[in-house]
Amino acid sequence: MNKLRTGAFHTGMILLSLLWLGPVLWVVVMSTRSFDDIAAHGVGSLPRSFTLDTYRQAWTDGGELRALINSMLVTVPSVLLSLALAAMAAFALSRFRIPGRRTILLLMLAGNLLPPQILLIPVAKFSELTGLYDTLWALIAVQVGFGLGFYTFVLHGFMRDLPGEIQEAATIDGAGTAQIFTRVMLPLTRPALAALGALSFTWIFNDLLWAITVLRTDDNMPVTPALLALQGQFVSSWNVIAAGTVIAAVPTVAVFLRFQRHFVSGLALGAVK
Amino acid sequence: MTATISTTSVTPTQRRRRSARLSPLLVAFVLVPFAVESVWVFWPAIQGFWFSLTRWDGMTSPTFVGTDNYVELAGDATFRGALVNTVIWLVLFGGLSVLGGFGMALLLQKERRGVGFYRAALFTPVVFSLVVTALVWRVFYQPDGIADTLLRAVGLEHLIRPWLADPQTALYAVILPALWRQIGYVMVLFLAGLKAIDPALHEAARMDGANSWQRLRHVTIPQMKGVNAVVLSVIVIDSLRSFDIVWSLTKGGPYHSSELLSTYMYSTAFQSLRLGYASAIAVVIFVLALAVILGYLVRAFREEA
Repeated sequence: MNKLRTGAFHTGMILLSLLWLGPVLWVVVMSTRSFDDIAAHGVGSLPRSFTLDTYRQAWTDGGELRALINSMLVTVPSVLLSLALAAMAAFALSRFRIPGRRTILLLMLAGNLLPPQILLIPVAKFSELTGLYDTLWALIAVQVGFGLGFYTFVLHGFMRDLPGEIQEAATIDGAGTAQIFTRVMLPLTRPALAALGALSFTWIFNDLLWAITVLRTDDNMPVTPALLALQGQFVSSWNVIAAGTVIAAVPTVAVFLRFQRHFVSGLALGAVK
Repeated sequence: MTATISTTSVTPTQRRRRSARLSPLLVAFVLVPFAVESVWVFWPAIQGFWFSLTRWDGMTSPTFVGTDNYVELAGDATFRGALVNTVIWLVLFGGLSVLGGFGMALLLQKERRGVGFYRAALFTPVVFSLVVTALVWRVFYQPDGIADTLLRAVGLEHLIRPWLADPQTALYAVILPALWRQIGYVMVLFLAGLKAIDPALHEAARMDGANSWQRLRHVTIPQMKGVNAVVLSVIVIDSLRSFDIVWSLTKGGPYHSSELLSTYMYSTAFQSLRLGYASAIAVVIFVLALAVILGYLVRAFREEA
């Protein structure tokens, strides 16, 4: 009886896993098929050809290289900057009796919960006004501004729970506020910073809405919106589109595999709070 | 807030030490991030409400028209359709991802052979962008794609249709990939919550003769109250924000049949260049999200107290 249940569990779960992984594998396989193969047998058939030329096409003709560079130019500074600013705010708000600290914290969190739609038009207009429109700077600025509230809130919860004695000991040893922050608090906050870093990397890298709101020129687009453009450019070349899709997915998958533990604990961080 | 000083009896020396600690550096630590968020979030949000009371094409300056935009919204059939679709989206995408995610978390909560792999498989799509997800599923829905091939294989070819181009199926054909990506995410949230339950509670319930259904109903679910509240807020906020997947698959078409408030707002603003009217749609989205946002903040407030 028990054996039967275990067998049923594994059969069911393997089928479910296939449902989840199957479409992904299908796209990976399709990215290596030739155009003639797909034209003759359709996207639903099994592969009868093998080529890697699709990746070259997506990479150079499709502009994925340029788009990936743009993505990294936006994502890396945005992640570093927003975590640095959030850590500063969280440190001050959690370890010192700053007047109005609770209101400030909740106001910042509230900003992150707003539906972005209410911000799109003003942000687009503001970036036009400041001359940042259609530059990567605008995208970095809005990603930092919009993400800050949530990161501050999570880091605040984490820093608040650190024992007060450590800070007192450092103060007695003559450490100033800046030193306590960089030498004592930041190292202790590393797990939370790593978790938020992995999460925010994928969020910012995967973003579409902000990018198409503050950018216009194709050459400036990060990889997520560029993938949509690629689809328009290679309308029926499903193999090239598949190759582009794989290229766009690789960086976040790599970050996920590298920081798997942090990534999952980061998601859970929000849930148990 | 003043509460910090009035509740504790502070001796003069302590107070001096405290105010001495409030160095310019600390003030900067709070003010700089707050200023960044003010410029890119708070101020735009206030402007957004103001724009909703104007008529504006983005070139000339906005003209104040009072509540005209809202009056027009009330009679706009496309808006009403988008509102209905957003509610359908909320119920189907939100409801099914909670059910699916909770079910998967229950099935996969016990550490046993293979569980790690199954969890990873369900979680994989979460790291993809919604545009990647959309393209993966486009292959699935393509004429002669996987969906059609599968239907033919089981002899149901009469059901075959252009899934994304048929107004009757477009919305549901978009919800499916969104669910596929969301279930793994919700599962992780619930797994974290399940892990936090004290095993002694289950043990005690078992001793009292509770069967597994009763334990689920009277131990697990009540214990998950905190997680449930968070998941619910996340789901509602995510649903109202949903844009990428619809934009990548159908752009709200055909004939607005998969239009959500978010996509209608975007195309009104940046394609029809009716910035005032689009702002009014954005305000409606905000109002819909408001109850959830407030609930979330009240919880966070209690947490900090």
